[in-house]
Amino acid sequence: MKEIIRGLAYVVGNNIDTDQIIPAEHLVYSLTKPDERRLYGRFALCGVPVAEQGLPYGERPFTQPDAYKSEYTIVIGGTNFGCGSSREHAPFALQEAGCEAVVAESYARIFYRNSVDGGFVVPFESRTRLVDKIRTGDDVEIDTKLAQLTNHTTGEVFLLNPLGDVADILKAGNVFEYARQAGLMPS
Amino acid sequence: MTITEKIIANHAGRERVTPGDNVWIDVDVLMTHDVCGPPTIQIFKREFGETAQVWDKNKLVIMPDHYIFTTNHHANRNVDILRDFAAEQTLPHFYDVGTDRYKGVCHIGLAEEGFNRPGITLFGTDSHTCTSGAFGLFSTGVGNTDAALIMGTGKIWVKVPETMRFVFEGALPPYLMAKDLILAIIGDIGCDGGTYRTMEFDGEAVYDLDMQERMTLCNMAIEGGAKNGIIAPDEVTFEYVRQRTSEAFEPVYGDADARFHSERVYDVSTMEPIVAKPHSPDNKATVSEVAGTKLDRAYVGSCTGGKLEDFQAAARILRGQEVAVETYIVPATTEIARQLHEVTLGGDTLYDIFINAGCQIGKSSCAACLGGPPDTFGRTHNTEVVISTTNRNFPGRMGSKQASVYLASPLTVAASACTGVITDPREVLV
Ligand code: SF4
Repeated sequence: MKEIIRGLAYVVGNNIDTDQIIPAEHLVYSLTKPDERRLYGRFALCGVPVAEQGLPYGERPFTQPDAYKSEYTIVIGGTNFGCGSSREHAPFALQEAGCEAVVAESYARIFYRNSVDGGFVVPFESRTRLVDKIRTGDDVEIDTKLAQLTNHTTGEVFLLNPLGDVADILKAGNVFEYARQAGLMPS
Repeated sequence: MTITEKIIANHAGRERVTPGDNVWIDVDVLMTHDVCGPPTIQIFKREFGETAQVWDKNKLVIMPDHYIFTTNHHANRNVDILRDFAAEQTLPHFYDVGTDRYKGVCHIGLAEEGFNRPGITLFGTDSHTCTSGAFGLFSTGVGNTDAALIMGTGKIWVKVPETMRFVFEGALPPYLMAKDLILAIIGDIGCDGGTYRTMEFDGEAVYDLDMQERMTLCNMAIEGGAKNGIIAPDEVTFEYVRQRTSEAFEPVYGDADARFHSERVYDVSTMEPIVAKPHSPDNKATVSEVAGTKLDRAYVGSCTGGKLEDFQAAARILRGQEVAVETYIVPATTEIARQLHEVTLGGDTLYDIFINAGCQIGKSSCAACLGGPPDTFGRTHNTEVVISTTNRNFPGRMGSKQASVYLASPLTVAASACTGVITDPREVLV
């Protein structure tokens, strides 16, 4: 886990479910074959209703129609981010698109766990609702150690909840590295 | 301790656990399917080596069910990957497509095949794995990484959840089903009201339900955001399990002084049939509030609404009737598909009742419950307004992002199929 994560913000609303993050019809691509794998980056967040893609503006796709990588690094969401199915393709698709962290008011637990255990994206909880305070395209920076987010576009600073127990897994890289270090798995 | 806390403590080798504790536990059953199985296998091999063996063959269950009857080659390739892995590992519990063993929807298949036993821990790469909690066991959905870790070690970490208790008192009226009860709860607590917690169901109306209806309750615990749903086992549970497996099990019960996060009590005699309006399972309304809404389609199927009892309920209304909108029937498993030909109502088989009413009957699988490839049976492609016995109505869940899906009990869906508008089952039940 990087100490500083900086890039453009992409803002979405509440209850972003896994079908919006990666619609079910796209779950069939191989996660290992590079030419198929990159399709997860292309379709990341494509299920979000068009009017809500990239708040407060809307109609701003996370990944441009013919691209495989997104220009956005940090996704800002409201409550219950990642609800719905257990598909690990969801945090994977975000990572594949180039996203490094999500900052949401709250998470559905399977998405949160998948993000951590797979080491895909760092899931931070914000202490206040940031969806109305940050705009898509703002230049934002997360200090993962201090658990704090700076919006360089507006100069505002927001506190995030500390990562707690899961920081050890994120620091190790993923749950396997963590299990090896803890002696739960042969190394 | 609650029943959930006790099962976790037993499997963590501890006297007791407290909500919030992070513990490593032993896994009794791991289930995976065609969507999440292949990536799980790939991660397992990456982490444990190309020739690694799974931790315990007898504890791994593979049931392809999601994208089965499709020409989509990516989807079919996924089943091939499972087939190769099962052969290579000589897995005894692989339910292959195109064979007599093929089951259909995994959560119901687990129950039918005797894997759901009181007191055990069961994990699956599917969020509705919480269905199995109906048997008094701890079950929850995990991602591929967690499943791969279990595949290699038989262990996983869990954060001990707090338990929310839901008590249903009274006798269930004939126009209500478990689906109405769980939609009422989700509407009341919201789709994240149970996040990180257990939903425990209790009360006379719950113990009057058979195992199929109990599974409907636990199935949708995840729609309230919960980690698991659970119902303490009783004679009904034991009877079902004994018919399906000879394996021993040890029932676990909560302590009298167990601490709960909260408790809600419902009197079922005063409840009404419920729907979840588009596009969220917590968008609750009584059927009477939305009655008359014009429909294009009705759908009876999935792990939560495609069990024998769901079809018996639908048949009570559809017998001798003709549907006014296209109506899809999808038995969750091949056993249920067989039962449609065997079980009768008023002298007619359920199968004939549906065919005579003008329904289309599909093959056992998840089918349009989650959209799937364009050639999936019952999938939406347009602006259809659907009433469905499935468990999710997020935008695009049944295929088309423009479609609108109402979730309801099989009774409400069947009543609405007959009239073409959302209809209260009390109006047509005799
Ligand atoms: S029937 Fe629907 S909810 Fe159940 S396992 Fe299949 S896709 Fe998931």
